[in-house]
Amino acid sequence: MVLPVAFFGVFFAYPVAAIVVRGLKGDGTWHLGRIADVVGDPGIRHVLWFTTWQALVSTALTLLIALPGAYVFARFDFRGKDILRAVATVPFVLPTVVVGTAFLALVGRGGLFDELWGVRLDTTVWAILLAHVFFNYAVVVRTVGGLWAQLDPGQEEAARMLGASPLSAWRKVTLPALAPAVAAAALMVFLFTFTSFGVVQILGGPTFSTLEVEIYRQTSEIFDLATAAVLTLVQFVAVGVILAVHAWTVRRRETALRLVDASLTSRRPRGAGQWALLGGVLATVVVLILLPLGVLVERSLDAPGSAFGYYEALTGDDSGIFLVAPIEAVGNSLTYALAATVIALLIGGLAAAALTRRAGRLVRGFDALLMLPLGVSAVTVGFGFLIALDEPPLDLRSSWILVPLAQALVGVPFVVRIMLPVLRAVDERLREAAAVLGASPWRVWREVDLPMVRRALLIAAGFAFAVSLGEFGATVFIARADNPTLPVAVAQLLGRPGDLNYGQAMALSTILMVVCAVALLVLERLRTDRTGEF
Amino acid sequence: MQIRSFVAAAVGLGLVTLSACGSSSDDTGSGASKTVTLVSHGSFAYSKDVLKAFEKESGYKVKVLKSGDAGQAVNQAILTKGNPQGDVFFGVDNTLLSRALDNGLFQPYEAKGLDKVGAEYQLDKDEHRVTPIDSGDICVNYDKAYFSKNKIEPPQSFDDLVKPEYKDLLVTENASTSSPGLGFVLGTAARYGDDGWEGYWDKLKANGVKVVNGWEQAYYQEFSGSTDGKKAGGDRPLVVSYASSPPAEVVYADPKPKTAPTGVATGTCFRQIEFAGLLSNAKNAEGGKALIDFLISKRFQEDMPLNMFVYPVVEGASVPAEFTEYGPAAKDPATMAPEKIAENRDQWVKSWASLVLK
Repeated sequence: MVLPVAFFGVFFAYPVAAIVVRGLKGDGTWHLGRIADVVGDPGIRHVLWFTTWQALVSTALTLLIALPGAYVFARFDFRGKDILRAVATVPFVLPTVVVGTAFLALVGRGGLFDELWGVRLDTTVWAILLAHVFFNYAVVVRTVGGLWAQLDPGQEEAARMLGASPLSAWRKVTLPALAPAVAAAALMVFLFTFTSFGVVQILGGPTFSTLEVEIYRQTSEIFDLATAAVLTLVQFVAVGVILAVHAWTVRRRETALRLVDASLTSRRPRGAGQWALLGGVLATVVVLILLPLGVLVERSLDAPGSAFGYYEALTGDDSGIFLVAPIEAVGNSLTYALAATVIALLIGGLAAAALTRRAGRLVRGFDALLMLPLGVSAVTVGFGFLIALDEPPLDLRSSWILVPLAQALVGVPFVVRIMLPVLRAVDERLREAAAVLGASPWRVWREVDLPMVRRALLIAAGFAFAVSLGEFGATVFIARADNPTLPVAVAQLLGRPGDLNYGQAMALSTILMVVCAVALLVLERLRTDRTGEF
Repeated sequence: MQIRSFVAAAVGLGLVTLSACGSSSDDTGSGASKTVTLVSHGSFAYSKDVLKAFEKESGYKVKVLKSGDAGQAVNQAILTKGNPQGDVFFGVDNTLLSRALDNGLFQPYEAKGLDKVGAEYQLDKDEHRVTPIDSGDICVNYDKAYFSKNKIEPPQSFDDLVKPEYKDLLVTENASTSSPGLGFVLGTAARYGDDGWEGYWDKLKANGVKVVNGWEQAYYQEFSGSTDGKKAGGDRPLVVSYASSPPAEVVYADPKPKTAPTGVATGTCFRQIEFAGLLSNAKNAEGGKALIDFLISKRFQEDMPLNMFVYPVVEGASVPAEFTEYGPAAKDPATMAPEKIAENRDQWVKSWASLVLK
């Protein structure tokens, strides 16, 4: 427990505090009056209102579109289900830059919709909402579907036998069991859309701005650190509230439900209605998820001359943007993501272990604390790193380790969420028995815990890896120009004119997507049915 | 309990060695006095052989770190000024100069050859914390084909832009995120005065001005006159860009047209000057000084125009034929004293944003 706390203290709390202090205490005196000024500013109020509004609408839309999907994945057996589930999860680990790009290629000027029907949504709020649904579809399908698959259908059938109508049986039996999972998923989606950065940055134009984008603008463009600091605090409070509620619903979820093996509850669809439902969900996945990704791939292969022209261009180093060929960003990204995964597994694994062994308020608070990096402005963390970690003994500013550290911060919450349920499921008496029989602590861990958590570890590793690979908000500030990561390289290419750069951005995005998809498919093979909340 | 502390110790050791490896193997370069690092925004461009020549003559190896647009690069440099990422910063312009100077980003250095730089460019004459490197004019560009097809005269002045025949034709950039966008707003403030510019923007808004975030988007997506804009189906024949954009259209076109496809509304220009400075706390100040001298040497000054499409500031540095042939120089561009920009910039940008973006 000590190490994770120290890690968070040094690499999260301290940099964020440094930025906030710098903003509110510019010339040695505290400007707490600024807080009231900023919160009272009509422009900022508008941003707050828009942030909340779009997060609510995005969450509602995601639930509406994804809940049928959760049901279908949970209850039906059909060919290609695993692959489809992995595909539906790909967006979640894609860098927001890539998602923004994919949607531009779909609904922007000259995009697919524009060519077909002359429809353009790139400066409307619809593009943002759609991209958010695309992103978070998997969160709902996995969180809710995972539980739904393990609910015993026998209970609902029993209610039917006793004379309840199908609807009321569902309402009285299944819904109460599912409600906490739905609430937890909804809160997660709300959190992710509330702090949305890359999507709004690319699709929002100058008129739409979320709190996160506003923090970025105030810091990096307008240089009003005081306002940025206040907004960071506001976001901090909001995220804290969301996470507290989330933690509460998660605890509610750990109440005893009769869970059965998922393989027993799913079967082939029967009857026209069920087939129609399955068809509808498949169509949704195709239109909502495969189409944007497909457009991305199609554009990347659309080079004049040869199909792989843009990919070949990636290997040239005379692009003038980077000191290295863009393709080297792939190597950088993989190295960083590996290092970040190792760090996230260590920190997250230890934290999960600590949370398993103890209970009580303090520990629960620690649990919520570990989730904070998901919701605190990545921009703030990136800037905080630059400001705070620049003097001995921690002068890491120009060290390569800085990027993996920032990425690990985002990976840790996933590791904790995935490991925790599994660790909690290991029976303490097994450990005690082993100890009584004379096994050393190390050996107890090796012989008892490890076999049980090995799979969860692998899955957590995969998630941490994918999330690190796609991290953009913090990395964009601390990745050095001579060592860009994939998402940073994509953003830089997108910011430059000309077909060749656009095509290379699409090609790099495609590479990134394929790497993420492969990692996820491997995980899908490993997946057990009791792993975590993602 | 025992287990955990054991693991924690092992892990702690692991982390330390990991980061130790990291710090020993990373090559920041700035520690070595033979490397000089230039920090700049993403648009900095040069010919490789020109830089190689400098490396050969001076014995320094040059490293270039580019990121973000001008505003972001300046802000990031200020935030990290205690322990800068390099020795020299290039790319702070007159609209943001005060922010850099007030925050103590640069240390004074009077460059060799400064006597050949026009006095009108030297905005920090007393202290020489920055050295002027290039200048350009932010002006409205027009799509020639559109106006000849529709038999309308292209606009020439700020006053023209609010006339009904130019309704819904202009696209500009967000003044809080883009330097040409900010320059254009400052141009209107110079033209209509402290009390008049907001009224002008009211009219401009009523006349359907469109605002996008960055120059790239405005010029390559929305503007119907640029090659890329045509491809993207851009439908705005007026864009806030640079006086040197028409020559750039010609230089990059294949095959080269006889005349530029775009023109400049010469009465809508605002003068922009870009500076370089020696960063406070630079690790290699000597190398940094040599690099600044090189930036105002004739060789670099003559290499700049076709790489960055800016004008040299050194007397006697020749301008490529494309510049004179395809783009008329701005007529008496609007300027504004740096003090005045410093005093009003942030407030103006704020009022502009609430006026135009809401």
